[in-house]
Amino acid sequence: MSTQPPQQETDESTAETSAEPETESTSPGQQKRAAQKRERANASAQRQAEADAKAKADEETREIKVFRYDPEVEEKQEPRFDTFHVPFTKGMTVLDAVMYARDHYDPSLTFRHSCRQAICGSDAFFVNGRQRLGCKTQVSELDEPIRIEPLPHQDVVKDLVVDMDHFYEEMESVDPYFDPDETPGNDLEEQRQSRANREKVKMSTRCIWCAACFSSCNIAAGDNQYLGPAALNKAYRFAMDEREGESRKQERLETIEQEHGVWRCQTQFSCTNVCPKDIPLTEHIQELKREAVKKNLKFW
Amino acid sequence: MYEHDVIVVGAGGAGLRAAIAAQEAGADVAIVSKLHPVRSHTGAAEGGINAALREGDSWEDHAYDTMKGSDYLGDAPAIETLCQRSPYEVIQLEHWGMAFSREEDGRVSQRPFGGLSFPRTTYAGAETGHHLLHTLYEQVVKRGIEVYDEWHVLNLAVTEEERPEDRTCHGVVAYDVATGELSGFKARDGVILATGGPGQAFDHTTNAVSCTGDGQAMAYRAGVPLEDMEFIQFHPTSLPSTGVLISEGVRGEGGILYNAKGERFMFEHGYASNDGELASRDVVSRAELTEVNEGRGIEDEYVHLDMRHLGEERIIDRLENIVHLAEDFEGVDATKEPMPVKPGQHYAMGGIETDENGETCVSGLYAAGECACASVHGANRLGGNALPELIVIGKRAGYHAAGKEMEPAKIETGQRGEYETATIDSPVELGEGGSPGDAVADGGAVAAGDPADPDTVLNATVRAEQDRIDELLNKEDGVHHSEVRSKVQQSMTRNVNVFREEDRLKQALRDIRDARDEYQNVKVMDPSRTFNTDLLQTIETQNLLDLAEAITVGALARREFRGAHWRAEAQERNDDEWLKHTMLSWNRGSPELWFRPVILEGENKTYEPKIRSY
Repeated sequence: MSTQPPQQETDESTAETSAEPETESTSPGQQKRAAQKRERANASAQRQAEADAKAKADEETREIKVFRYDPEVEEKQEPRFDTFHVPFTKGMTVLDAVMYARDHYDPSLTFRHSCRQAICGSDAFFVNGRQRLGCKTQVSELDEPIRIEPLPHQDVVKDLVVDMDHFYEEMESVDPYFDPDETPGNDLEEQRQSRANREKVKMSTRCIWCAACFSSCNIAAGDNQYLGPAALNKAYRFAMDEREGESRKQERLETIEQEHGVWRCQTQFSCTNVCPKDIPLTEHIQELKREAVKKNLKFW
Repeated sequence: MYEHDVIVVGAGGAGLRAAIAAQEAGADVAIVSKLHPVRSHTGAAEGGINAALREGDSWEDHAYDTMKGSDYLGDAPAIETLCQRSPYEVIQLEHWGMAFSREEDGRVSQRPFGGLSFPRTTYAGAETGHHLLHTLYEQVVKRGIEVYDEWHVLNLAVTEEERPEDRTCHGVVAYDVATGELSGFKARDGVILATGGPGQAFDHTTNAVSCTGDGQAMAYRAGVPLEDMEFIQFHPTSLPSTGVLISEGVRGEGGILYNAKGERFMFEHGYASNDGELASRDVVSRAELTEVNEGRGIEDEYVHLDMRHLGEERIIDRLENIVHLAEDFEGVDATKEPMPVKPGQHYAMGGIETDENGETCVSGLYAAGECACASVHGANRLGGNALPELIVIGKRAGYHAAGKEMEPAKIETGQRGEYETATIDSPVELGEGGSPGDAVADGGAVAAGDPADPDTVLNATVRAEQDRIDELLNKEDGVHHSEVRSKVQQSMTRNVNVFREEDRLKQALRDIRDARDEYQNVKVMDPSRTFNTDLLQTIETQNLLDLAEAITVGALARREFRGAHWRAEAQERNDDEWLKHTMLSWNRGSPELWFRPVILEGENKTYEPKIRSY
């Protein structure tokens, strides 16, 4: 199967676009941008026609190599990489690039995505050898060809889609819900929380469950039962929240201290390095270790 | 077939809250969602949750602000319910551990927001929706509520009586994204739609790719009216290149809007001499576009939003997320330079007609959240009023569906009580075209056996959906849905934007007609049953066609300027003729327009329409 766009189709569609009349409500800035975009698209289409399969993408396009696999489709049962040349526009992200490739070259190209603004956590991929959120990664900052693969250490369902069930199971195994010793009796009375304490848990509450950290972790790769950085961070979020109370905190420390808990972490910082929300995961795990030691000393 | 008492479709704020409430009321409840719950677009809400919590504030003031913000097109019983219950629901979230921003004394912080007479907006940094979503999902996990995630609901199983008001919803048909399995989900007591808005009908939108209005389209085709669809909120501060949202919280904290000449135009050009940047969103969006149209825009496209003077400490404390968004999606360091912003589609005030308990005119069918129209927001939603709607109406829908005893609703639904019918002045045929009443074209069920029996209805709907999928997958040749979708999106952004004119609206209807005709030849290219997003997006595109048409028909019908809806031909609000909701019924494939009067009588007072100035 060729992943190059059928040349004729590309030509027709760009011709159609450029024939479209501009309308008044479109601002001149938009028009300029659209015109530039069309120019780029036209230019890239022409160049792509000239380029042979080995040609490096020139300034106006970017070459992406995307992992392909579908257990059900005969020609995709054997995993492979497909190459696409995507017209480059300023500000283009890896997600934009794979969406372009899907909508213009191959509609069967499959990946999860939704919000396009780094909050839904759907589109963590392995890009040029590193876990990154597709929507938050600028194409311009990457070496070509850009290699886009599914997250390592998780079963591939199809193309860039991985099976997230194991990750979700780990997340849900740490009692990931607020569970205070007591709640105010009055329906309109809030629990007090100091600014300092809110600040302490703030970074941990930013997690978007993208699983980039989990995928980057060597320990999680070798020990299928290891809770992993995201789940431990979730435990940290509650254990450190002063509203929950001391007895619940002790229970939480027992959970994270189990055989496949915090002590497995070898402080390699890979999770911290790949986290798209800049959560200091390794530090949080280290702090949980310290708390666990304190708890054990207390009951010793 | 799966079977539960209550089926909730969608797992954003409204769906999760509804599920928790239904379970609390004793129901066996399941959530069916095309996304895993934490992927839902509620997570992208930034600004906050309005709730009258403090001394000096009252639910009555919140209701007054909301009614004024709605430009007197909200229904008082829905608005008052929202404002009375919001404080309880916000504190409930706090009791569930939500990480609200805090005051020195440890209480939940509140900040000023557009159109509010009191700093009433509770928030968690500039990522309030993220915290709300995760807090609710934590409670769902705690309660062990069943979630069928990445099951895409394709249709509702609704009986076929002549009048929608006589029909009953018995469940849904859903498609397992991972395996391609199609299955009925029988709901013994009720189905709650919580599927979000139709933002993807436009190409410059703050909304997620998943916001395709699926629930609205399904309910519409099942006979439930869509209400006030013309009222689309264009958020004044979206990033020009991507549509990524910059929270109103920036202006709430003191951010300033400047034009190309460095003028603070909200004041200097008199758009809102009192409230300036914190005027209601529709006012600010029109002001920005007027500046650009009159040649005072930057690059003739956008204006600047400046928050540098707030100082880095305050910015990082309260708006840190904004700094990241501006950096990642526009390449701007917002602590050192102003951010470029322009209006972008953000929210649909209209939606599936419901009462204040979330119930539709079809028995057993509910809707809550952005997909629904209770109507809380009328012609314009205030910032910070979407999230309380999720938790207040979501909870009530959950209770009602589970059979908990509740006060009867004051709002009437369906063609009952007072209403008037009207004709649509369309240049082209609307709706499905072809033969009206054709059950297959309707996406409806052809019943074999007792047409009232729930299993019969459900099985027939499953078969109809299987036929639809087979047809899409097996077509020999055809166009790809992405072409059809992008034409409609572009036409909507060009013709049904902030400023609306009759000719352009009619052009949009022509474009939608063409798109509908093209859609008849749409082909799914991916043959796989495994994670076939090509198939699902093709189906979403059909939903978008229905919704784009409904939005445009409403916009064409309403010849007045109210809230977010501005018409070149009638640039003033006309209370004599237009204190009424625009209703659109699918009517088996040929849309029918009708109107229902707005309810301005509240619990203790009647809201008198006043000139809306800020």
